[in-house]
Amino acid sequence: MLEKALKGSPKYYMWIGFLLLIILGASGVYLMQLMQGLTITGMSRDVSWGFYIAQFTYLVGLAASGVMIVLPYYFHHYKKFKDLVIFGEFMAIGAVVMCLGFIVVDIGQPQRMLNVLLYPTPNSILFWDMVVLNGYLILNVLVGWTCLEADRQHLPHPKWTKVLAYTSIIWAFSIHTVTAFLYQGLPGRHYWLTAILAARFLASAFCSGPAILVLVILLTEKVTTFKANVEGIATLAKIITYAMCVNVFFFLLEVFTAFYSNIPGHMHSLVYLFKGVHGHHELVPFMWTAAALGLGSLALLIPPKLRDNIKLLPWSLGILVIATWIDKGLGLLIGGFNPTPFETIAPYWPTGKELIISLMIYAIGALVVTVLFKIATEVKEETGASQKTAETAEAN
Amino acid sequence: MNNTRRNFLKFAGLTAAGLCVASAGSVIAAGTGSTIKDGEKALKAKRWGMVIDTKKAGTKEAIDALAKACHSVHNVPDIPGTQNVKWIWAVGFEEAFDQPNNYMDESLEKRQFAVLCNHCSSPSCVRVCPTKATYQRPDGIVAMDYHRCIGCRYCMAACPFGARSFNFMEPRLHLDLANLNKSFPTRMRGVVEKCNFCVDRLADGKIPACVEASQGALVFGDLSDPASEVRKVLREHYTIRRKPALGTEPGVYYII
Ligand code: SF4
Ligand code: SF4
Ligand code: SF4
Repeated sequence: MLEKALKGSPKYYMWIGFLLLIILGASGVYLMQLMQGLTITGMSRDVSWGFYIAQFTYLVGLAASGVMIVLPYYFHHYKKFKDLVIFGEFMAIGAVVMCLGFIVVDIGQPQRMLNVLLYPTPNSILFWDMVVLNGYLILNVLVGWTCLEADRQHLPHPKWTKVLAYTSIIWAFSIHTVTAFLYQGLPGRHYWLTAILAARFLASAFCSGPAILVLVILLTEKVTTFKANVEGIATLAKIITYAMCVNVFFFLLEVFTAFYSNIPGHMHSLVYLFKGVHGHHELVPFMWTAAALGLGSLALLIPPKLRDNIKLLPWSLGILVIATWIDKGLGLLIGGFNPTPFETIAPYWPTGKELIISLMIYAIGALVVTVLFKIATEVKEETGASQKTAETAEAN
Repeated sequence: MNNTRRNFLKFAGLTAAGLCVASAGSVIAAGTGSTIKDGEKALKAKRWGMVIDTKKAGTKEAIDALAKACHSVHNVPDIPGTQNVKWIWAVGFEEAFDQPNNYMDESLEKRQFAVLCNHCSSPSCVRVCPTKATYQRPDGIVAMDYHRCIGCRYCMAACPFGARSFNFMEPRLHLDLANLNKSFPTRMRGVVEKCNFCVDRLADGKIPACVEASQGALVFGDLSDPASEVRKVLREHYTIRRKPALGTEPGVYYII
């Protein structure tokens, strides 16, 4: 099936070429980082993780999001998702590839990475994160690819894929829980040290992830003959809305606990993020933007009339993605490291080079997703499933 | 079905190749690196610990002298800015201890406190390290293997005392190469480091460099031995530790 990725329209080639160009250009900066060290980033002794790990955390959410399609399809036999399942799985592959990429660019001695396997340390959550992420990658590759190939040959899906699909559903919850455990088990980092962090991670993943997925699917519809099941998309939008409500609710629980208890440690990070302390206000505009956009997205998603408006939907989802990204891709990391263990503020801002290297990883992810989606849509076209001309997708 | 499998294998091969490239031609890191061998005169203990008399070493100058002794023995680079490396340094009361006091007496308000790795009994840094590059020795010292560390910096996020530094850049660029201590290794870029309670010197029968330079302000010894000098000092003075509520059980005590 891979050959399908090699034949395409000039536009497809241009897009691939564009991505390759970004990857190539940015890899020069990565080479520079390899030679000079992480000093080219904005990280410091006090903010020792930065943009890379924040993106990693956000993208684990994207990886876990496919489950919002796979779960209703397999557990509840929700057939409207039938032709979306493969996109959820392929998106997960792209997301995990980016996650691994962000880990690789973040560590100081990448050539020693195998030490994690050579000296396996089960008490380290990082060890488990590596296990669950790679496991999730393998599960999605196996299930996605095999099912698509079977579809193409008009064969029923092999039985074992169902077992693996069920496993991957549970697994998806584990990848985000374990990633939250990376943070929430650390003494002295008050912003992270909260039992609800894993739940917040899942809620945020289950709204932002499917939102990105829907946006990419809508884009796919624009450039291919594929047409997603309208009801399927509407259901997904409903799921996103619920998840976002839960996400906001969980965040407000944090706010209540911190401010009603009036315990300085619990309040400090939130105050730094939303009000600024010691004359540092770096993140204040971002956090309020996130708050406004988050609530705005809910205003656009909760009323069924607005939610079902397919013209408006991409905008509602777009602002939801921005809001959750600021919350988890920026605020969570910087707020966790500030105040520092010395009760001081250590401002952090990514450098241009750091952003370019991040762009490289995003381009690699986009490349993987493009190729996989291309293959998937071509197979759908070949088998006549979910095509623009067809009235509705056939039920099973 | 055969076709399926063959295609899948092709795909799997491609993925595997891609992953190899991603890990930047990963080489299996060799050796377990520097384990310090005890000499004949090696000092031994069940649980090493330290008491710092902040009345005696309570100024920036006094603590800078300790830092100088430590940093020159351990080839710690002097890097300006926020990507610096330090093993022992001076901070104020509120920075060191989680107990703000609005009406503190003036001498305490001005006093500086030497902070360093606490060699905790339940060290969170050891708990999180994915490679065992940070490990706890039977004598309570939390030591590091610079040759195994992958530079993930998880230990830095996990240490609630800010005791750890990462080599963001080549440390040799910021070292006085003519005056290196040849008996202690310099580090490479991309690894984490911190105070090692002078495991290198203990193995040679010497007390820690900062203790030696402190003119009696710092006391080092076996916390498990009731007859040791540290225990004697602890009996005679009221002492506190940094952030005891976090449960890491620091091995460094402060006389206030
Ligand atoms: S002070 Fe920090 S680095 Fe030292 S042992 Fe305790 S947790 Fe680890
Ligand atoms: S940076 Fe090194 S010592 Fe710290 S957790 Fe990672 S591998 Fe362990
Ligand atoms: S005990 Fe040794 S390594 Fe630690 S601060 Fe003192 S001199 Fe430096």
